[in-house]
Amino acid sequence: MAINCAMIGSGNIGTDLMAKLLRSANLNPVWMVGIDEDSDGLLKAREAGLKTTHEGVDGLIPHIEEDNIQIAFDATSAYVHGENNRKLQEKGVLVIDLTPAAIGPFCVPPVNLKEHVGAQEMNVNMVTCGGQATIPMVAAVSRVQAVEYGEIVATVASKSAGPGTRKNIDEFTQTTARAVEEIGGATKGKAIIILNPAEPPLMMRDTVHCLTETTPDQEAITKSVHDMLAEVNKYVPGYRLKNGPIFDGNRVSIFIEVEGLGDYLPKYAGNLDIMTAAATRTAEMFAEEIENGTLKLKKLA
Amino acid sequence: MNLTGKKIKLHDNALRDGMHSVSHQFSIDDMVRMAMALDEAGMPLIEVTHGDGLGGSSVNYGFGRHTNREYLEAVVPKMKNAKISALLLPGLGTVNDLAMAVDCGISTIRIATHCTEADVSEQHIKKAREYGLDTVGFLMMAHMTPPEALLEQARKMVDYGANCIYATDSAGYLLPDDVTARIGLLRSEFSDDIEIGFHGHHNLAMGIANSLAAIEAGASRIDGSVAGFGAGAGNTPLEVMVAVCNRMGIITGVDVDKIMDVAEDIALPLMPTPTRIDRDSLTLGYAGVYSSFLLHAKRAEKNHGVPAREILMELGRMGAVGGQEDMIEDVALEIKKKSA
Repeated sequence: MAINCAMIGSGNIGTDLMAKLLRSANLNPVWMVGIDEDSDGLLKAREAGLKTTHEGVDGLIPHIEEDNIQIAFDATSAYVHGENNRKLQEKGVLVIDLTPAAIGPFCVPPVNLKEHVGAQEMNVNMVTCGGQATIPMVAAVSRVQAVEYGEIVATVASKSAGPGTRKNIDEFTQTTARAVEEIGGATKGKAIIILNPAEPPLMMRDTVHCLTETTPDQEAITKSVHDMLAEVNKYVPGYRLKNGPIFDGNRVSIFIEVEGLGDYLPKYAGNLDIMTAAATRTAEMFAEEIENGTLKLKKLA
Repeated sequence: MNLTGKKIKLHDNALRDGMHSVSHQFSIDDMVRMAMALDEAGMPLIEVTHGDGLGGSSVNYGFGRHTNREYLEAVVPKMKNAKISALLLPGLGTVNDLAMAVDCGISTIRIATHCTEADVSEQHIKKAREYGLDTVGFLMMAHMTPPEALLEQARKMVDYGANCIYATDSAGYLLPDDVTARIGLLRSEFSDDIEIGFHGHHNLAMGIANSLAAIEAGASRIDGSVAGFGAGAGNTPLEVMVAVCNRMGIITGVDVDKIMDVAEDIALPLMPTPTRIDRDSLTLGYAGVYSSFLLHAKRAEKNHGVPAREILMELGRMGAVGGQEDMIEDVALEIKKKSA
């Protein structure tokens, strides 16, 4: 039996996420929440037969029990996530946070999904699209040898960065940098995001620079990077190693390209895919736990 | 061109844009010495930061020899009349970095975005206004969008609270008529309390000509740097600009003899190689490529054996924007693969 889900936020990320959830075996998207009745996301949700509201999270709350919503995805903005989260948790809904608010622990599936098993968490954060695309590679280096500094550069097509991302650009860099440290395993992390308006839109590009404490073990790092690539490809088939790892002194640089599935925005918007695929993967793991009884959702007093 | 009696404010960028030319390695002493000499020459506004601004120190752009705080704390207290500005690129620098710079005593902040992406500057411009700073919206690579679209982006920055808008020719690609069209439209569409500025690069030797076109079209702030100390073939050389302004009766308040001396005695000896139009920096202007890419492309040429000019041309074709320094090595590797 699939677990009923709600999506908060009907922008680029929420709408792309819907397509992924509709394909999931153990997640059942029931509600799509927006703030603009005429938004494309809500329109698409109605077409797909979902229930919709344009009154924000308040429009959903009265229906949570009757529709047995157990997991909610918040793809609004860092500024409103706190309040959304509070209201949802009062109803005992597990929240997957796709904003850079990062109230809950980070989840980057190929690196630390297993750590969330049995942890009884009610809110997990998916870092950022740039974080999902790069942190696996930072971790691929740091599991070989100590990384004293990890830096990621995420370049996305302007058309794939909605108003929420633009208003939250500081939260993007700060949250990603923190996750490069906490999940990527770098002692110090830094994140840079660039929007490029070229036409036709360019595919998401990500560069990972790691400075290792000692001379990099080229063979071991190269193998680890390719192993990690295979892990990410399990849920994002368009995640590709374009160049590298290249070695220059203690610098290890890895050049990634992310092609999306083209679920909502066209294939260039790999940044949407890697985020929504990671969130779906995470929610599926929680759904299994709910189904087999190892995770009991509790209402926040 | 009759510009007699026009009053403009010059803004020296040698201690920020010039940082690109030295891979962000100015010593504190060099910074202080040059800033004091510029102040003494009557330069009203001086920018001090890593070449890529607050938060710029990185693998991607190069680590600074010192932190922005160290540079600002050293320079600001030494200024008699000059005000100090800092640069911030959203996506790289954050409002926390801005708070640090305010704490160090900057008067002006320039929030820089690509010419079509002004809406990433909302957080930073609003915060800067809360601090009461002279707040500039700095629209980079202004050649990549037509004047009407540039105006639309400028309106966003003004709505957020910017009191000055720059058309920034980061690639040194614009020709005087292009400058006139952009500055003229901005000037005619905003009220007088919004200043208009122009930032030039000298890659096609148009620094002075473009700055004069900007003044004629209504710009009241003009960027440049002493001895042209800046990325690519450098910025508009300010000692030359002051001399030209004097001849034309444009009022700058800067002493021409003193600024010539700063250029010759302080700036030039600090340049690892003379800032000039070589084939690579000319390519920047010709292909419309971000000027700071120059030294990175030269380094990629050295490391991967692909000519910098070829790398820069490809970056131009790709429509690379400011900040995409990471693509330089990637492009070099791609070219190498293809020719293998």
